[in-house]
Amino acid sequence: MKLVFGNRRYHRWQPFWTLTQKEIRRFLRVSSQTLLAPIISASLYLFVFGATLGERISVLEGFSYAQFVIPGLILMGVINNSFANTSSSLFMSRYLGNIVDLLVTPISPPQFICAYTLAAMIRGTGVGLAVWLISTLFAKLPWAHPPAALAMACLASFLFAQFGLLAAIFANNFDALSMFTNFLILPLIYLGGVFYPISILPGFWAGLSHLNPLFYLIDGFRHAVLGVGDLSFSVAFGVAAAQAIILFSIVALLIGKGYRLRN
Amino acid sequence: MHATTANQTSPALKITDLRKRFDGPEVVKGISFEIRAGEIFGLLGPNGAGKSTTINMIAGVTRIGGGRVEIFGLDNVRDYRLTRRLTGVMHQEIVIDNFFTIDRSLRIHSGYFGVDDDPAWRNMLIDRLGLRPHLGKVIIKLSGGLKRRMMIAKALIHKPKLLILDEPTAGVDVELRHSLWDFVREINNQGTSILLTTHYLEEAEQMCERIAIMNHGEILALEKTSSLLQRCGRRELVLQLKHPLASPPPELADLEPRLEGEGLILTLPVPRGAASGELLGRISSLGLQVAEIETRQPNLEDIFIEMTGLKNNGGGEA
Repeated sequence: MKLVFGNRRYHRWQPFWTLTQKEIRRFLRVSSQTLLAPIISASLYLFVFGATLGERISVLEGFSYAQFVIPGLILMGVINNSFANTSSSLFMSRYLGNIVDLLVTPISPPQFICAYTLAAMIRGTGVGLAVWLISTLFAKLPWAHPPAALAMACLASFLFAQFGLLAAIFANNFDALSMFTNFLILPLIYLGGVFYPISILPGFWAGLSHLNPLFYLIDGFRHAVLGVGDLSFSVAFGVAAAQAIILFSIVALLIGKGYRLRN
Repeated sequence: MHATTANQTSPALKITDLRKRFDGPEVVKGISFEIRAGEIFGLLGPNGAGKSTTINMIAGVTRIGGGRVEIFGLDNVRDYRLTRRLTGVMHQEIVIDNFFTIDRSLRIHSGYFGVDDDPAWRNMLIDRLGLRPHLGKVIIKLSGGLKRRMMIAKALIHKPKLLILDEPTAGVDVELRHSLWDFVREINNQGTSILLTTHYLEEAEQMCERIAIMNHGEILALEKTSSLLQRCGRRELVLQLKHPLASPPPELADLEPRLEGEGLILTLPVPRGAASGELLGRISSLGLQVAEIETRQPNLEDIFIEMTGLKNNGGGEA
């Protein structure tokens, strides 16, 4: 066939959609790690707190412990998987060097961030949805404000997708990346009110918990699901949204400058 | 107001006072050159000369430290969306997303550039680069040579007007190397300008219309390959003697002769502007008995070694 370099049509948003699809295909290709493992892990939590302890203890008046803990477990799935998707994908691209495949293309920094974020949100909310479906075996949730719950889950997913991008930019090796998960995300999740309401803590520890950014996400989501929470929904959503905007701005600045990417 | 479309009459690539410094001293020290539309241009230099850094700045992989890069008249920082669509890059290191098959990876790559998938063009690249039998394989399972072919297909999938090939034949077998150069020539004949770096200087000599020799971040020479060979190269007269000599004749000391092959081969560099005949006259006046005479033409490797001082520095890979 003769080589002919004819005029071709260019589509401004095609790089974004291509990168988004590629990121989705990437986590689907290794779905046993990216989807199945977190769902099994969440199912074990549900079994422990739903089938065994769920009916014996109560931390919130009018709700079983299973009902209390399930919104936290759903959000934990959302947060962990959103973070894991962006952090592992971008870090591996940097580590293996194939990030240059993206750097030579006309993808703009906002498209780059949005594509990674959207794929992470799809994975995160997908895992959250699966955790909720499995949880129906153990307890029925009232879903007081479904749109608010969805908004909070999306916000949590967005925020931790940005955090994952930051971790991938700053991590120099696998150890550093796992430190973000083990020494930052996990303690924040466990101390953020997934398993207990912050209001039952003594004054100092309750005050300290208000500094935990995850507290607002978890409490806001639980509030939307159960109809009650430690904070009003608007405060929780507002603080979480402010965090998301700050983190997105930092990521946009760094990726726009090509910090630790174009060097 | 600046241009927003590529200007076909502009140089394919124009570099002005390009500079880069990482943590230490400058690795690219204000270099300038142009590649004409439709040209094959060679950028040669030893390891660490600054070639890959230069290429990375052109391609947008590395931020520009100073100066300017224009691709078909467009600034590669301000108009990056357009310049990157016009440019295809094959990097020296094998960098491939191992998750996907060849076919899927090529489709993804064309999407990154915002162009419609062109199945006829994609299939042509797959066939010409011998990738058809491996189409369904995940890239991680391909051999090194196949991965390199895949990288060429990726660089061409969006039909760039400027193709940058950074050591495209490194570690590639002879057969593939030949077919690759044929393919590159064919692409060039269709109007694609090519910037090439290679360690195989013979290939650069055959492929490139003009050559720049770079070392320590500077351009040491930049001209037509033929005129570079003529201007800087030195022909040599190689005499196979009937009787061995103990040492080169002192009468020829001004020519810096070399005696090899157990005193039977006398090599005399022909001074620039001198004719071989004059030299033969001096030799015959010495009474040397010559069995055979051979004239060795200058080659790029000699010029390269002389300019970059590789021999004096203890050698190194060209």
